[in-house]
Amino acid sequence: MKKYQSCLAIVLIAAMMACHQTPDKSNESSAVTTAPSGGQENVSDSLSEKDIVKVAVSSKDHTTLVAALKQADLVTALSNAGPFTVFAPTNAAFDKLPAGTVAGLMKDDKKDDLRNVLQYHVALGVLKPESFKDGQVLGMVNGDNLTVNVKDGKISLNNSAHVINSVPTSNGIIYVIDAVLLPPNK
Amino acid sequence: MKYTKLNLSLIALAICLLVGANSCKPKNEGNAVTGDAAAKAYVPPGKYDEFYNFVSGGFSGQLSVYGLPSGRLLRVIPVFSVDPEKGYGYSEETKPMLNTSHGFVPWDDLHHTELSQTNGEIDGRWLFVNANNTPRVARLDLKTFRTAEIIELPNSAGNHSSPFITENTEYVVAGTRFSVPPDNANGDVPINSYRKNFKGSISFIKVDKNTGNMDIAFQLRCPGVDFDLSHAGKGKSNGWFFFSCYNTEQANTLLEVNASQRDKDFIMAVNWKKAEEYLKQGKGKKETVKYVHNLYDEKTHTASSETKTEVTVLDTKDLKDICYFIPCPKSPHGCDVDPTGEYIVGSGKLAALIPVFSFDKVMKAIADKDYIGDYDGIPVIKYESALYGEVKKPGLGPLHTEFDGKGNAITTMFVSSEIVKWNIKDLKVIDRQPTYYSPGHLCIPGGDTKKPNSKYVIVYNKITKDRYLPTGPELAQAAQIFDITGDKMQLILDFPTIGEPHYAQAVSADLIKNNSVKFFKLEDNLNPYVSKGEAETKVVRKDKRVDIYITAIRSHFAPDNIEGIKMGDEVYWHVTNLEQDWDVPHGFAIKGALNGELLVMPGETQTLKWSPEKPGMYPFYCTDFCSALHQEMQGYVRVSPAGSNTPLLFSTGKNLPPKDSTSINP
Repeated sequence: MKKYQSCLAIVLIAAMMACHQTPDKSNESSAVTTAPSGGQENVSDSLSEKDIVKVAVSSKDHTTLVAALKQADLVTALSNAGPFTVFAPTNAAFDKLPAGTVAGLMKDDKKDDLRNVLQYHVALGVLKPESFKDGQVLGMVNGDNLTVNVKDGKISLNNSAHVINSVPTSNGIIYVIDAVLLPPNK
Repeated sequence: MKYTKLNLSLIALAICLLVGANSCKPKNEGNAVTGDAAAKAYVPPGKYDEFYNFVSGGFSGQLSVYGLPSGRLLRVIPVFSVDPEKGYGYSEETKPMLNTSHGFVPWDDLHHTELSQTNGEIDGRWLFVNANNTPRVARLDLKTFRTAEIIELPNSAGNHSSPFITENTEYVVAGTRFSVPPDNANGDVPINSYRKNFKGSISFIKVDKNTGNMDIAFQLRCPGVDFDLSHAGKGKSNGWFFFSCYNTEQANTLLEVNASQRDKDFIMAVNWKKAEEYLKQGKGKKETVKYVHNLYDEKTHTASSETKTEVTVLDTKDLKDICYFIPCPKSPHGCDVDPTGEYIVGSGKLAALIPVFSFDKVMKAIADKDYIGDYDGIPVIKYESALYGEVKKPGLGPLHTEFDGKGNAITTMFVSSEIVKWNIKDLKVIDRQPTYYSPGHLCIPGGDTKKPNSKYVIVYNKITKDRYLPTGPELAQAAQIFDITGDKMQLILDFPTIGEPHYAQAVSADLIKNNSVKFFKLEDNLNPYVSKGEAETKVVRKDKRVDIYITAIRSHFAPDNIEGIKMGDEVYWHVTNLEQDWDVPHGFAIKGALNGELLVMPGETQTLKWSPEKPGMYPFYCTDFCSALHQEMQGYVRVSPAGSNTPLLFSTGKNLPPKDSTSINP
């Protein structure tokens, strides 16, 4: 419970800081480094098919991912027209990372690193399960490449993360994966 | 159970962030424009806007003209689609404008606009626009704001990288988005023989410097890829043209996946002066094709069509030194050249960066033959040898770039829905602002010329969703104006557009407004069916054809009573507007006509063809409220059965009731 409270405090501080970074109030530095907010995620529409962000938000297994997307200012992009293919690590996948990794990436001064990792999970275009070929190379949004492995009809990525299932959304497709994809070292 | 706890705290984190973020944000921040925005966009009633904005109408096939900064819609100019409001494509005079080798085509998809230039600056004479579907280029006359000419393009499909021009409007180019088998080859081949049979084609259309009249000078036969957008070199790079290409995979199905395989596609650099040399040397091959050229004659107010049957083709595989490929990351879309002509910006829509190429380095690489190989016989320059530098992580989905003339570029980011301003020299991002939502093209007045007039950038968004009152499933697209005179780009206004705006251009109103025609001089009207006064009006029968020479002036038609039309007749109403006064058009409509109305400008003659469906009485009237007695501006035409002996009579004010006729009045 202590943990919960301290987290809450951090989050509230972070949220307050986020207020000061909205574009209208932006000062010189923040507008350049902060991605725009206020995209289609603010459209009030409960009838349309859910987009990637709304699907992720409604999944209890992806709370870490959703929090990270928010921290990385990627909610607007993933709420827009896309279309996207998103490889979505579960909470358990994030838990498999060395202790402290997620907390480290969630710090404000690590925003670029977090964004790089998350953008390595996103490709433009709707890639259907049946279109994947073993050895296929995908260009990811962060600029790095990802290799698809197909063995006995099962899809994995970079020989590490396994696709658990796929969820079609209004602006693309989500593949739930059991490990976090790490961009290649440069 | 550590996992559950963490999970719980992360849920709390997510909720907190959601609540926290929402509590301090207005529902839609785009509404929260800063205080002086309204004043900056406000143009008082009765005052002129500072700029004309010529905005493509996309799938409406038309072009719209807005005033900036007010966003007032000034006019919709029909170009590639019929417009019953104006009689365009319905009157006998305008029907030929829409003729093609496929016959009369009443619709197209208008994507890009390009104002004519002299010495790399907008000269205010003409506007060129492209038809994407049935490939054509049109020229609009900015004295009349009308479509003056349309030329079809042979060997072409999906005319997308068009109608961009050289810096003295020597040429308008048109490149194929959809490669196809050439027209004189057998097109009845398997679709998956793309790599063998399909070719790209780039047309160079010569523009007469006095009349503006267009003629295809030559075509470049190119590898079968998708040519997307283009811009001419300028200044030091005048003589060159640059085209973005995607689908260098040469996929013929599911391009969404199959044309996104390669790390790099190309920008094709074209040495058009070299192509001109080859043409002069007779190296071009004449090919038999069929295309239609339509020209509107201002003196007769009549369009005519000419079918042409030959085009000269330069094969870029055989004729060296015309084309070079520059690798460009991930399906480049926009291909934009800065005001100095040195920097060429390729916007790879799937790329995480924006490459900026150096013209000097491209020239050096060509001189040094610094190639990594060839693609279908065309040399491929080494990427690093052509590259000036890369804008790193500018945003997601870069599409198009315009220039402010102060050393900066502004690029639209479709995926992350923002515009990003960056410095061309140091390639650093200076400012970014969200757009609502998903921007395609953008426009700075003169933003693709040598002399931008960088007061505003206007962004054309593809999606509006909650921006305006809902209107059912289909919503208007939007333009958003940003003031770019300060350090930060400031959103000052947005307004809905017609069709889908793609590219648009803007120009200082001073360059256009004083040349605007107020009316056509009746004495100069050479339409063969003109009536230059009521004394010249008449009805002429020749067998089944009846020509009605009729005039309109406030507030009557002459003649307004016509009898003796018979079933089976083909009737031509030649309506001349006798007014010689600004802004007094007369309309003409007749009951049951199976086409549109006529909207006839002062001094002009337009013709509506009419074949009555059954005998009876047919009123006709003026549709454009012209005077206090506009409602009195009406007439009747009597239609009798075929073979009846009703005499042919026509008059105005003379066909009075007989003395003994009954009346409800005493």
